Amino acid sequence: MELLSFEPPNGRGLSLLHGLANSVGIAFGSFGVGLVIGIGGAYGKLYGGPVVRDLLEVYTTVVRAVPELVLILLLYFAGTDLINQLLTALGHAAIDINGVVAGIGVLGVVQGAYSTEVLRGAILGIPQGQIEAGRAYGMPPGLLLRRITLPAMLPFAIPGLANLWLIATKDTALLAIVGVNELTQTTRTAAGATKAYFTFFMAAGALYLVLTLVSNVVIGRIERWARRGMPSIAGAH
Amino acid sequence: MAAEIPVIHAAARASLWMQPHRIALILVALAIVVASIFLMRWDWLPTYLPLALQGIWRTIWLLVVTSALGIAIAIPLGLAQVIGPPILSVPAKVFCTVIRGTPLLLQLWLLYFGLGSLFPQFPWIRESFLWPILRQAWPYAVLSLTISYAGYEGEVMRGAFAGVPRGQLEAARAFGMSRWKMFRRIWLPQAIHRALPTLAGETVLQLKATPLVATITMVDIYAVASRVRQDLFITYEPLLLLALVYMAITGILVFGFRRLEARIPNRLG
Repeated sequence: MELLSFEPPNGRGLSLLHGLANSVGIAFGSFGVGLVIGIGGAYGKLYGGPVVRDLLEVYTTVVRAVPELVLILLLYFAGTDLINQLLTALGHAAIDINGVVAGIGVLGVVQGAYSTEVLRGAILGIPQGQIEAGRAYGMPPGLLLRRITLPAMLPFAIPGLANLWLIATKDTALLAIVGVNELTQTTRTAAGATKAYFTFFMAAGALYLVLTLVSNVVIGRIERWARRGMPSIAGAH
Repeated sequence: MAAEIPVIHAAARASLWMQPHRIALILVALAIVVASIFLMRWDWLPTYLPLALQGIWRTIWLLVVTSALGIAIAIPLGLAQVIGPPILSVPAKVFCTVIRGTPLLLQLWLLYFGLGSLFPQFPWIRESFLWPILRQAWPYAVLSLTISYAGYEGEVMRGAFAGVPRGQLEAARAFGMSRWKMFRRIWLPQAIHRALPTLAGETVLQLKATPLVATITMVDIYAVASRVRQDLFITYEPLLLLALVYMAITGILVFGFRRLEARIPNRLG
């Protein structure tokens, strides 16, 4: 147990918590990037031209068919390579890209494919008259998105987005493979140094579980807020 | 309304699909494929082909075995949550929550490194006939992938069992079926029918989880690609080929499940 305490020489509790903070940060960041891609993707799939639609279909199909681990490696290597080549071409020195930032970018692209599908479904769930009414009032597209589409689709999107958030928190563990300093990686380092594998992996599992359970509570609150004023599903019949 | 849906014949559907921009996109894609064949390095492929085929076989074996074992555990887990007494339903619920709340990679490492470091401390395990098996990686891979699939599918089966209309079960009871016969003939088939689309998606997710076993030294197709990368310092070619292999397996899985679903007549309300 003393291995998990916060005192520096023996206790590694602090480094685990640091890893957890990194994990949560990456999960937040990638979920946010995914949402932005998702909104753009859903709009492209619903309102875009034929070429945009087909390209987005390829994007979502490929990302959902290839393991996250392979995508992470591909995007991680290709992304850092591309940025450094771009920098050298522009006459700058190559930089070492921060693991956390790279992780956010890579997982964000993966999350984007899933949230494109979730948000597309949610936008289709809105009574379309609401969007037409907004357009009839002469709202520009940005205002229409902000005032009508996003708030109206939220109740339909939240179950899917909640799932995506939980996937995002657990997918951060995969970044341990490329050596990003998140919870699973710090756990492995600590366990390898002390040989107390069981203790550390159990502790990390408990941290992930707490993260999931807390998320569930928060999601429940958000869902109740987003559905305010709507009839509850349970009382429908 | 239903009578007004136009019937589109196969040829017409093909021409509907083959629009001019699609042809252009396909040509671009072909150009990229041809360019990558000629501009990238593929000379390593013949040397590593036997290893790669073995890796593909191992990936598929792992997928089939863990999915089959997992669903076999998931059915009692789902059933326990629906009709079990609290002594069964509470542990089942806790199991599903814990498995679904922690990353698979962590579960895998906990079993492999954690149990793997605990076992040698007990002489009776080291002397037992199981020890040669327990020293290898694959039992831990199979165990953790099975547990993970069971945890997710236990939740799916819970919903599926609860979703079978009560009237069906009451009718079965009225026919004088025993509980076991009712379960085997009415409840289980209808629950699986309901769960099938979800199970298809979950099985694709299970396929995408298999490369994690490469981190505990099991040589599946992902590990083969990593080895090419480490041996020859070629980064992209093996990874691209790997993505293609997984996409092909996913396509076969989705096709197979669709065939399975089509075998069961479905009436759309």
